[in-house]
Amino acid sequence: MIPLWLYLLVSAALFSIGTFGVLARRNGVAVLMGVELMLNAVNINLIAFWRYMSPTEVNGVAFAAFVIVIAAAEAAVGLAIIISVYRSRHSVVPEEADMLKG
Amino acid sequence: MSESMRNFLIFLLILAVVIGGGVLLNSLFSVPFFLGVTFVAFGLITLGGAVAVVTTRNLFRATIWLMVSLFGIAGLFVLLEAPFLAAVQVLVYIGAIAILFTFAVMLTRSLTQLKDRYNRPYATLAASVLLFAFLTWVIWQVWGNWTPSGDIMLATISDTTDLGVALVDKEGLVLPFELASLLLTAAMIGAIVIARDVDEDEKEKRG
Repeated sequence: MIPLWLYLLVSAALFSIGTFGVLARRNGVAVLMGVELMLNAVNINLIAFWRYMSPTEVNGVAFAAFVIVIAAAEAAVGLAIIISVYRSRHSVVPEEADMLKG
Repeated sequence: MSESMRNFLIFLLILAVVIGGGVLLNSLFSVPFFLGVTFVAFGLITLGGAVAVVTTRNLFRATIWLMVSLFGIAGLFVLLEAPFLAAVQVLVYIGAIAILFTFAVMLTRSLTQLKDRYNRPYATLAASVLLFAFLTWVIWQVWGNWTPSGDIMLATISDTTDLGVALVDKEGLVLPFELASLLLTAAMIGAIVIARDVDEDEKEKRG
């Protein structure tokens, strides 16, 4: 069996790469891609702990499935907001979407 | 050096890393050779795809790399004996979310070549590397010497039937299941309302 910490290490690396994408990219769509990578890193963690701690229970897989549902909802709404902002501002850079600023 | 020659060398390098990783895992942790090779291969696909997602200048290519990375994660799910989740990963992530990203990239097409890709790339890179180092330290301290008890590795794993029963069981997960479907409906309606193009005469009618 592959040791648990190897899965955790892959997941940590994926999470760090996603963090870099979220913080550094200027394009809003690319920022959302970074968020997706981070959510997937969390899913690897959930499934790895489920397999090594309580594989007879169903909770780990169900939790990961719910994370996928939330990720789908987040991606749909996030991309809709980006397209809407692009229509009114002709820009996908999150910094320039400051219409709500007083 | 020609480009095909360079690609071939890169291919050989990846092959050497995968096989070497398999041998290393076999000798250090007595992982079966092909299991180790599969783990290293899927790990490389996942992380390599992710690095390409955050570094590629062309956003359309970044979407394709995102699909590659998500596929590698589906492979890791198979190795962790969660085949249903691997199928969901391929169907929902690669089949739906990645396509959604492709549409978003194409609808904002003129801006795929932003002049500067990054905000403060070096500071952020340093922060990410520090985060990874910290996480590695924590993982090593807490889980470095941990081994699962033998009967857990041999236990009967809960399968898709158990998941399906738990999702409609009133002692189980039926409430979060219904909440998730409600959330999906709300997100769908919200996405349509936000992204809808309000045409001109309708705007006038509203004043």
